[in-house]
Amino acid sequence: MRFVRLNRCLTHATAKPVVWLLCLLPLAALVLRVFEQDLGPNPVETLLRSTGDWALRGLCVVLLLTPLQQGVGLTGLGRMRRLLGLFSFFYAVLHASIYAWLEVGWLWQDMWQDVLQRPFITVGMLAWLLLAALAATSYQAAIRFLGGKRWKQLHRMVHAAAWLALLHFYWMREAKNNTQEVLIYVAVIAVLQGWRVWRWHQRRRQQRVIRP
Amino acid sequence: MAIPSSEITSQTLFEDRRQYLKWLAGGAMGVGLGAWAQRDALASAPMSALPHVPSAVPGARTIEKLTPYADASGYNNFYEFGVDKTDPERYAQELPIDPWSVEIEGLVRKPGRWALEDLLKLSPMEERIYRLRCVEGWSMVIPWVGYSLAELIRRVEPMGSAKFVEFVTVADAQHMRGLKSNVLQWPYTEGLRLDEAMHPLTLLSFGMYGRVLPKQSGAPLRLVVPWKYGFKSAKSIVKIRFVEQMPQSAWMKSAPQEYGFYSNVNPEVPHRRWSQATERRLDGGGFFAPKRKTLMFNGYADQVAQLYSGLDLKRNF
Repeated sequence: MRFVRLNRCLTHATAKPVVWLLCLLPLAALVLRVFEQDLGPNPVETLLRSTGDWALRGLCVVLLLTPLQQGVGLTGLGRMRRLLGLFSFFYAVLHASIYAWLEVGWLWQDMWQDVLQRPFITVGMLAWLLLAALAATSYQAAIRFLGGKRWKQLHRMVHAAAWLALLHFYWMREAKNNTQEVLIYVAVIAVLQGWRVWRWHQRRRQQRVIRP
Repeated sequence: MAIPSSEITSQTLFEDRRQYLKWLAGGAMGVGLGAWAQRDALASAPMSALPHVPSAVPGARTIEKLTPYADASGYNNFYEFGVDKTDPERYAQELPIDPWSVEIEGLVRKPGRWALEDLLKLSPMEERIYRLRCVEGWSMVIPWVGYSLAELIRRVEPMGSAKFVEFVTVADAQHMRGLKSNVLQWPYTEGLRLDEAMHPLTLLSFGMYGRVLPKQSGAPLRLVVPWKYGFKSAKSIVKIRFVEQMPQSAWMKSAPQEYGFYSNVNPEVPHRRWSQATERRLDGGGFFAPKRKTLMFNGYADQVAQLYSGLDLKRNF
């Protein structure tokens, strides 16, 4: 088996706390910038963009786990799945909270109008709700309650959430033709999902060979 | 609204902050960060002074709190230098602007090329403190230096058939890295109706904060039309063309359903993607400052509303 030593590191007792701390780094950097008053001329925009970026990067990392586990053989990553998924949602929660607090000042009516009238906010909200459903069913009892198969089906929604988040980002940037950065994320997510399709195809072919 | 002078960032406080950055650059926080801070300190080195008198044009001097110079010159949309807000300050400095001239062409009796030196002497320099409202939903308050564009227009004598003015801006592929991308059609162009261009508030600006324009803000000369969204105020102008038909601006060509010819600040006409009813004022006030209501014609309705009587502003956005 490949990567024996790396997998041993990943299953070491300290591995999870280390990943925990790594996931908190973007937040720590942001908090430091708040105290240093180093958020630039438009601080609210900086907070919104930064937390949104990290939620999306978190999703990319989560979608990278399966290829790394099954394709590369880093099976030890399995223990990090829930942790990384929850951190992605954590940044999405910060993103939505900053919007609700500093953009619309907790005016629920204004927020509802935004959701109804502005497609880029509508899809962002949908992505957020999907992630919230996954986070809410991320613990062991929920898996038992739903049953493994149904739970897995539900958690495949992470792919839909990723595309909704990308659409949210794209529509926002498209207004000023500033979409290059979004397209990089689109490419990353497309490759990670493409790998799954390719793998599924391969497996089906193998099965046909075995059972004619 | 009265703003106490204590609210305005004083020159000494501004200098203190620069001093702080230099202190930072002195190595207190490591070489890497030091180099970064030094860069920041250098980037906001003051430009040379541009003598001026306060403007007497009605509505030209708001008393609201000024946006700090570092923000007005460090948070810009100038796609020729890149799409990021910090790109212009970083990459505009290579643009050669001396010598510079502006070509006047089209339906005028006196077409020709004006050297920058002659434009600088054409009329007395005035300081005008304008609100600047970006279509993206933020605003600044900036003290510009220049004179009414009308001064130049009168001297070139437009013909009766001239109905619109088109502004063509510099497209120097060698020094503008943004031209490599096709986010817009280059050169960036903008346009005004002739009566809008002749309005005394329409400013041909050569400076800001008492000094010549930094390159990221459109040096050596730019337009400032305070009642329209910021993108109407073309930067680094090389050609002014007088025409009979309404010209297509760069943003109209790019997204006609989102950006119209007029682009007057109007809280009642939302952008296709967001509301224009409110704005975030960038005046160094921090992120707890609530957003403010956007005013019709950016608060210049008393001066300019009559230009649009009888015009359906929802259709002519």
